[in-house]
Amino acid sequence: MLQYTIRRLFSIIPVMLIVSVIVFLIVHLTPGNPAYLILGEDGSPEAIAQLEEQLGLDKSMAIQFVDWIKNILVGDLGQSIYSSEPVIQVIMERVGPTFSLMITAMSLTLIIAIPTAVFIVWRRNTILDPLFTSASLLGASIPEFWFAMLLVLGLGVAVPIFPVAGYVPIDVGLGDWIYHLILPAFVLASVEIGLIARMLRDGMLESVNQDYTKTARAKGVRESVVLMKHVLSNALIPTTTVIGVMIAGLLGGTVIIETIFTIPGIGQLLIDSIHRRDYPVIQGVVLFIAVVYVFVNLLIDLLYAFLDPRIRYD
Amino acid sequence: MLEVKNLKTQIDTSEGIVQAVDGVSFTVRAGETLGIVGESGSGKSVLANSIMQLNPNPPTFYPEGEILFEGSNLLKLSEKQLRKIRGNEIGMIFQDPMSSLNPVFKVGAQLVEAILTHQKMSRKNAKARAIELLKDVGIPDAESRMDDYPHHFSGGMRQRVLIAIALAGNPKLLIADEPTTALDVTIQAQILELMKGIQEKYGTAIILISHDLGVISQMAEKVLVMYSGRIVEKGSVNDIFYRTSMPYTWSLLRSLPRLDGVAHERLISIEGQPPNLVSPPKGCNFHPRCPFATEKCLEIDPELMPRKEGHWVACILTEQEFEAEKERLESADREGVL
Ligand SMILES: Nc1ncnc2c1ncn2[C@@H]1O[C@H](COP(=O)(O)OP(=O)(O)OP(=O)(O)O)[C@@H](O)[C@H]1O
Ligand code: SF4
Ligand SMILES: [Mg+2]
Repeated sequence: MLQYTIRRLFSIIPVMLIVSVIVFLIVHLTPGNPAYLILGEDGSPEAIAQLEEQLGLDKSMAIQFVDWIKNILVGDLGQSIYSSEPVIQVIMERVGPTFSLMITAMSLTLIIAIPTAVFIVWRRNTILDPLFTSASLLGASIPEFWFAMLLVLGLGVAVPIFPVAGYVPIDVGLGDWIYHLILPAFVLASVEIGLIARMLRDGMLESVNQDYTKTARAKGVRESVVLMKHVLSNALIPTTTVIGVMIAGLLGGTVIIETIFTIPGIGQLLIDSIHRRDYPVIQGVVLFIAVVYVFVNLLIDLLYAFLDPRIRYD
Repeated sequence: MLEVKNLKTQIDTSEGIVQAVDGVSFTVRAGETLGIVGESGSGKSVLANSIMQLNPNPPTFYPEGEILFEGSNLLKLSEKQLRKIRGNEIGMIFQDPMSSLNPVFKVGAQLVEAILTHQKMSRKNAKARAIELLKDVGIPDAESRMDDYPHHFSGGMRQRVLIAIALAGNPKLLIADEPTTALDVTIQAQILELMKGIQEKYGTAIILISHDLGVISQMAEKVLVMYSGRIVEKGSVNDIFYRTSMPYTWSLLRSLPRLDGVAHERLISIEGQPPNLVSPPKGCNFHPRCPFATEKCLEIDPELMPRKEGHWVACILTEQEFEAEKERLESADREGVL
């Protein structure tokens, strides 16, 4: 297991290198002179020259790249042009809301998807199963923003149960925090719930007539335990592999959801920075999202190896 | 102890209703071994699974018959009452030990689960009992092997674990559906030896299913021969192996290279295909493949009738007719060889 972990850690290096090249090139592949784009038409030639120097654009690409890598390695992502604060600080201020949103969305996904899948498999010979299959397909194909609007209109405006916007940090109040997150998290989770539940259902149906479930039934184990213990545990293993993909989906989704629900997270920061042409922050956010994504996938891989005893030792 | 009466098991498939078990009756007495033989697809597994209703339901139904176990009809029991029988009064082991243990749980935990399902005791005592059971079925280092996963065990060792699981509730009856088919020959012999030992020690009755006539002759006292969901012959081992007057059994025996001794020779199938169970042929089900078939066999569907005390045969031929025809076929065989 330790060996596997180390090997997996090393495999991150090339991925991160490619990511940093791409992020570096964001500035250089945008058509036109970034300094000019940032300052706009009113920028005087002196101001442009000064900003070019500040961004390091006057040096050669190779030197710029080396500088950029060096800075990343010591955690220096530059300064925001808009607020003049260090980019890393700007990002850290926005991490809380985004992580809160994602964790709530993930919890909702699992809390809803697992019991749904178990229930559907338990009632697998009824009309419920085909109904569920269509519903999950529908859920996965509804556009998030449209569903968000619908929920806001329904549960925020028509029957005002939930707030339609804003974010309350967790240290202000746990209840308030959750209360503000439920609606956006549910919208964010809507695609994943159907996906995960569907995957679990497929896995469970495959496992439900396996020989080892027959052994469990022949022991006299009750059907609910057969399903929740023997069948579900086997179906969960392949499902963990898609959780990585799911988190990627959630990360992407936060950009839209944070904008709709005015949650001051990373997604909103990205959108705002694009509007402001704040290149260092854009680069920082993209790099940050990539790092989170890569590490979450690493964790998932390790979890997978941990859950499945057949690969744990091999 | 176990009395099956006119059991019918149907499977609802897309092609139609399969009569997988079609009017089967037999009894098993305490402490004895009943062997069930028949070609692949003859309904042995469906029959075995029917006893504790382990066939997936739906699509499997039990429209007729009774399965009396110690006086109560298993087909009439509620799910809850059935669970008290499963793994407790009746234990079962299956053909493929490689896939019959849950790959994600430790072997010990799976055995402890079997114990705790029926017996009220602390987890610690259940563990001690599990180790005892593993020792009982001949697993070396039982204590340390409790924490291993199934993939650390060989096929033979897994089958031993599965036998331990089946024995966890001290069952009166052990149903073994081809317990050695997936194992190689030396391991087969060890597992059969183990089952014999258990029977002697605990007086467990055994239903042993196999398409290996050698295994059956070695283990069983009474034998059922199944063909297309029906019993076509039943009797003592000697009735079946030395005094058969049933063309299907005779064909099975003939397809063995040698009748005596060679115990582990696999059954070579008889020419032709087993009948379609959705729409079986008119007359005797075996007639399209039967070397003894006459005109009458196309019309009459023979019932299982007693020939002698305890020896039942489903064939329209009388014993004399059978013997005469057999003589002719066997001499033809010999000429073919020469
Ligand atoms: N789930 C099912 N759906 C449809 N048909 C089935 C199902 N299970 C069994 N059958 C059919 O029932 C018949 C009896 O099958 P069964 O498994 O009992 O045979 P068997 O004698 O145990 O054969 P084998 O020696 O291969 O184990 C076969 O014709 C099979 O095709
Ligand atoms: S009834 Fe006819 S076809 Fe059937 S087994 Fe007897 S001889 Fe063969
Ligand atoms: Mg079978």
